[in-house]
Amino acid sequence: MYKIIKKQELNPTVTLMEVDAPFVAKKAEPGQFIILRVDEEGERIPLTVADFDRKKGTVTIIFQIVGGTTERLNHLKEGEYIHDFVGPLGEPSHVEGLKKVAVVGGGVGCAIAYPVAKKLHELGAEVHSVVGFRTKDLVILERQFRAVSDVYKLMSDDGSAGEKGLVTDALKALIEAGNVYDEVIAIGPVVMMKFVSLLTKQYNIKTTVSMNPIMIDGTGMCGCCRLTVAGKTKFACVDGPDFDGHEVDYDEIMKRASTYKEFEKREREEACNLFKKEVK
Amino acid sequence: MPNMSLKKHEMPSQAPEVRNKNFKEVALGYTAETAVEEAQRCLNCKNKPCIGGCPVKIHIPDFIAKVAAGEFEAAYQIIQQTSSLPAVCGRVCPQETQCEQKCVRGIKGEPVAIGRLERFVADWHNANSCDLPVKAEPNGHKVAVVGSGPAGLTCAGDLAKRGYEVTVFEALHLAGGVLVYGIPEFRLPKSIVQKEIDNLKALGVKVETNMVIGRVLSVDELMDEYGFEAVFIGSGAGLPRFMNIPGENLKSVYSANEFLTRVNLMKAYKDDSRTPVLHAKKVAVVGGGNVAMDAARCAKRLGAEEVYIVYRRGENELPARAEEVEHAKEEGIVFRLLTNPTAILEGENGMVRGMTCVEMELGEPDASGRRRPVEKAGSEFTIECDCVIMAIGTSPNPLIKNTTKGLETQKWGGIIADEHGLTSRKGVYAGGDAVTGAATVILAMGAGKTAAEAIDEYIRSEN
Ligand SMILES: Cc1cc2nc3c(=O)[nH]c(=O)nc-3n(C[C@H](O)[C@H](O)[C@H](O)COP(=O)(O)OP(=O)(O)OC[C@H]3O[C@@H](n4cnc5c(N)ncnc54)[C@H](O)[C@@H]3O)c2cc1C
Ligand code: SF4
Ligand code: FES
Repeated sequence: MYKIIKKQELNPTVTLMEVDAPFVAKKAEPGQFIILRVDEEGERIPLTVADFDRKKGTVTIIFQIVGGTTERLNHLKEGEYIHDFVGPLGEPSHVEGLKKVAVVGGGVGCAIAYPVAKKLHELGAEVHSVVGFRTKDLVILERQFRAVSDVYKLMSDDGSAGEKGLVTDALKALIEAGNVYDEVIAIGPVVMMKFVSLLTKQYNIKTTVSMNPIMIDGTGMCGCCRLTVAGKTKFACVDGPDFDGHEVDYDEIMKRASTYKEFEKREREEACNLFKKEVK
Repeated sequence: MPNMSLKKHEMPSQAPEVRNKNFKEVALGYTAETAVEEAQRCLNCKNKPCIGGCPVKIHIPDFIAKVAAGEFEAAYQIIQQTSSLPAVCGRVCPQETQCEQKCVRGIKGEPVAIGRLERFVADWHNANSCDLPVKAEPNGHKVAVVGSGPAGLTCAGDLAKRGYEVTVFEALHLAGGVLVYGIPEFRLPKSIVQKEIDNLKALGVKVETNMVIGRVLSVDELMDEYGFEAVFIGSGAGLPRFMNIPGENLKSVYSANEFLTRVNLMKAYKDDSRTPVLHAKKVAVVGGGNVAMDAARCAKRLGAEEVYIVYRRGENELPARAEEVEHAKEEGIVFRLLTNPTAILEGENGMVRGMTCVEMELGEPDASGRRRPVEKAGSEFTIECDCVIMAIGTSPNPLIKNTTKGLETQKWGGIIADEHGLTSRKGVYAGGDAVTGAATVILAMGAGKTAAEAIDEYIRSEN
């Protein structure tokens, strides 16, 4: 059992939790993830490590409420417990030696992009952060990103926060303005990563994307997290989650991600109904 | 006077048409009367050929004699000297290629139903004996066990009985290995596995779940920082293989491990499970082993109208237990033998609409001694299906190898260990599927026992 030390609503659909998990905190590196089960009957879901405190022995996760499991997770309060919490899993992001990097985050993907930006900043790299959200209310981690970025570009679909437009517009402008990046790191919705990669390909800039397909065990045992990279099948949980953005088959990933859409919708509704009943 | 009936006593079972719609256990077990009568078929041979067929050398005629005399607890005590998991092995061992193959009664007629008797004795003990195992006097030494499948559980139990402080580290949230994530409830009820784990806990074994060794802690850290004097690696062979044919990453293509894990470990067969699984109408399972049979029978139980076993060799080459093949056929699974897939076809929304295959014929024997299947020219055809499950084998997960310096492995990933289970690293032992590649429960159990003995000797010689 893993105690929730702190819980904070970042926006109406995104929550931050700091969890007491000393074994995970001791080893975690940016780019890695954990798998949790909310309770004894829960399904296993992966969430990226958003931050960690080795001294306190805590790990921070940030999640968007999208299905039954995240709905249930969001229902837990400070001081309550998560049943299972295993990690760190996956390979850490390789950021050593980079001098100038553009970190692109989309939506809740910013929660994953932030620790990478932070690490790069700590290693002395010049960090340009380009983050995008649908609208003002959904903006997260603005203060944190600003603190570790030399350039911070905030974009929104409707123009209610920062500039109106897509992250690719802002990234393109930065590149056109003469910024030469060693690497672009893009983390967010699959479509966003696809278009960032298409853009950087034109300029021949090495691009890393972070994949979060459906997973069960997270140790390479089931293969449900598989994807095609440079024509070869890879398991995201052990070979990734980071991959070369120019080699990933995004369309296949988008299809595979929709496998249980109907089920997930139903599950979420059930979870919501359950909690409504409790409140009455 | 022995019972000279040529046939084994039949195993009472749920009727095929009933059981292929539920996940309850298929075989119901002998009654005491049937067990005694079956035991009376044993001739108590002087040279005991059956024992030669048993990988762990259970004293077979001795325990059967006790069953014949109605002394069931005494029979259990005999089995228990050499096997730690009789309730499991009585259900899942391939007896027809082991003890029963060697049984003298099998020369004319059917062999003694050794497996069914073993199961009866173990179930009788579990139902009637309430003495919990007694904790041994602690000897002050610590051993770590990685993985909680049959190899790890057995090694842990045997060491605990000798007074060691044993901690089992399991990657998943539940202990039991393949016994809980792979083999379905209808063949091995999970309550039986749980009972074994409870017994271990009563012996003082600590079970730490959610501990992926190699990520959370390394083998070296276990020894250097946490004071474990020896480590046993029983991490199994869990890495699924795929065929590398077109279409394998379509939405409704599963590895057997994924499909079975969803259904068994995550209980997706229950309506209220929170883990989804596709309920396909026509399912093609590729492979011919126990794993393929289990996947096919699960798919049928989830409501598939048609389920095919697609296997590239013939009936005689099917590596599954004979009983599983028979049960699968009774349940309506269709066998497409001498058939090899070449591509999986995409239908709507990234789902499967079919699988193209070629017909095969058997040529010369290959390295495994089985006749090599060769493709018949121009024989391509399509099997219509909306889901494909790949059950073509697994290999050891490289995680521990990659994170343990100096641990030598075979090219295909198996950890190299001598006949006592000792690896290339001092104090590090290994056994089960992690060493042999995918094999059997009884071999894994035996390897756990052998290693426990070697670890005991090693730690004593060091102190
Ligand atoms: C579907 C299926 C049906 C089968 N049917 C039969 C049958 O009828 N008869 C038979 O004899 N055999 C059968 N087998 C084979 C048999 O189950 C295996 O040979 C046996 O379980 C191997 O035991 P093991 O202890 O070596 O490994 P496993 O049972 O595989 O257990 C290994 C354990 O180690 C854990 N682990 C792995 N890596 C790590 C790590 N890094 N850190 C911590 N823990 C880790 C795994 O999660 C797992 O729990 C079947 C196998 C399958 C998959
Ligand atoms: S070979 Fe068969 S008949 Fe002979 S002792 Fe063994 S079980 Fe009994
Ligand atoms: S999640 Fe099972 S192999 Fe990656």
